[in-house]
Amino acid sequence: MGMTMIENLLARKAGLASVSPGDTVTVDVDMCVLIDLQFATTWLQPTRISDPDKVAVIMDHAVPAPTLKDAAGGPKARKFVADFGIEHFYDVGRHGICHQVIAENGLARPGEVLACTDSHTCAGGAYNTAARGLGPAEVFSILCTGSTWYQVAPTVRYDLTGTLPTGISGKDVFLYIANEYGDATNQNLEFGGPGLATVPLNDRRTIATQAAEVSADFATFGVDDLLREFLAERGVTDYVPADADPDANYAAVREVNLSTLEPYVARPGTVSRNGVPVSMVERRGIDQAFIGSCANGQLADLRIAAEILRGRTVAAGVRLLVTPASQAIYREAMRLGYLQDIADAGGVITNATCGACFGYHMGVVGPGEVCLTSSTRNFTGRMGSTEAEIYMASPATVAASAITGVITDPRSVVE
Amino acid sequence: MNTVISGRVWVFGDSLNTDAMYPAFAMKMDIPEASKHVFHEVRPGWTDLVEAGDIVMAGRNFGVGSSRPVASLLRHLGVAALVAEEFNSLFLRNAINAGLPALTVPGVTEQFTDGDTGTFDITSGSYRNETTGVAGTAPGLPELVLEILASGGVLARLADQGYLPKELAGVLRSGALPGGGTT
Ligand code: SF4
Repeated sequence: MGMTMIENLLARKAGLASVSPGDTVTVDVDMCVLIDLQFATTWLQPTRISDPDKVAVIMDHAVPAPTLKDAAGGPKARKFVADFGIEHFYDVGRHGICHQVIAENGLARPGEVLACTDSHTCAGGAYNTAARGLGPAEVFSILCTGSTWYQVAPTVRYDLTGTLPTGISGKDVFLYIANEYGDATNQNLEFGGPGLATVPLNDRRTIATQAAEVSADFATFGVDDLLREFLAERGVTDYVPADADPDANYAAVREVNLSTLEPYVARPGTVSRNGVPVSMVERRGIDQAFIGSCANGQLADLRIAAEILRGRTVAAGVRLLVTPASQAIYREAMRLGYLQDIADAGGVITNATCGACFGYHMGVVGPGEVCLTSSTRNFTGRMGSTEAEIYMASPATVAASAITGVITDPRSVVE
Repeated sequence: MNTVISGRVWVFGDSLNTDAMYPAFAMKMDIPEASKHVFHEVRPGWTDLVEAGDIVMAGRNFGVGSSRPVASLLRHLGVAALVAEEFNSLFLRNAINAGLPALTVPGVTEQFTDGDTGTFDITSGSYRNETTGVAGTAPGLPELVLEILASGGVLARLADQGYLPKELAGVLRSGALPGGGTT
């Protein structure tokens, strides 16, 4: 029996002829990513580490520091980096949300294993990487020993057909899938099919990132021309892609016809079996609109927002927060005029960080408020008060809704 | 390590997420204080009732969400084990690495109600509701996982192996944790 994409990848990394669901495999990790929060609590510096060239340290979740605890973490990170000679260090000023920094610096490579504490590390699957959130203790262990273990889960295959329509993004694809098929706990997701060529890299990463929301393990995409080009621009040319065998054994194979998709919105609480086409929640009033996060603070997301907001005005009573996912994106979006358009329309541009996404230090929502977000997670209380409602949609839908003050189909605004 | 765990059971529902167990505002606090906010919305006041040796039980998709170290808070509260019908794999790994046994038992929330006493053998997977007499068997934990638990968690093991100062092994076995979890 053939293997799925992730099974092939893990088998090769584990030095095994084959693996199947239920097996526990031990693999060497090609890139181990530490983030700021890991240094901010009770960080202990290890006495030795496995390989400094396979370690990256990224300041992302809480920068510039909102609390004394976070502020105390910075010097520990810098000392660790200096003591062990770690070159992949993205300090404040070259920083960004780790999954964005990983992508733009080519740290996630096809056929390789990438580890990070954060649950949205599955974002790296967009680059054919076995990447997954492992928690702070496991990442610390990998830092020391260089290896980790996985229990191989069954794989669900999504075959994309048709063409992604203009104005529909990876967010809509994901919200549709999450509503249609629900949780994928202890399952891997694999994306392919003839329609994939019409899905740009930024949208693939949105989809891979959000796999965490349906509780999936790995979420991988294959290597095609679009990805090869993306990687080549970042100097990544030498890799061995992982492919699915033609006779791979899947837990399920599902077809998604991209041509039929429309803008989707997830209602508050969860994205799992909780989404609706935008037409069903249209006219719900909002207090805060947020465009940002590892899933949707990418350059293309800011471009889409700027195109919708250019020459228009954010509705009275609505706060629009826009947070570029990295400093590199911030600079590029500034150079291209996107930030000017957004700010002219009345949007607030923040520094690159996780920000409002996890209700920690910026853009917190209050009791009774309604937020429409393009970020990753809409759990109760995620962005502040447990009495706030968090709806989730694409950057286009969020931008259009910020203008009207109510949840709005972006296609009605750009027509 | 004691691989047969007996204790009072607290039963929770499906898809209990990490933000409900460890809210963002508590991430600004130290572990002892943060642990007072576990389940702050789903079951206010629970942290005053839970006692050392209790078992937290949940339904499907237990622990969906972020990598924040909920297990450290639960260990601080004295929770002896987690039992669920299905675990999110990141949450499961965090529990094991923190030295907190986590056993998957399909259908288990139908066999227990709040306050029952349960006994779980994490090696063989056999279990028994001591209050009602209902018993069953689920898959035991794999060898690799039992070894991590026997070490008192992955960090205590790293200290034993010399990656961290050896004298820290004891305190790490008690559940302390370097590095905050995330989002
Ligand atoms: S942007 Fe949000 S989901 Fe992404 S890493 Fe930051 S807190 Fe987590």
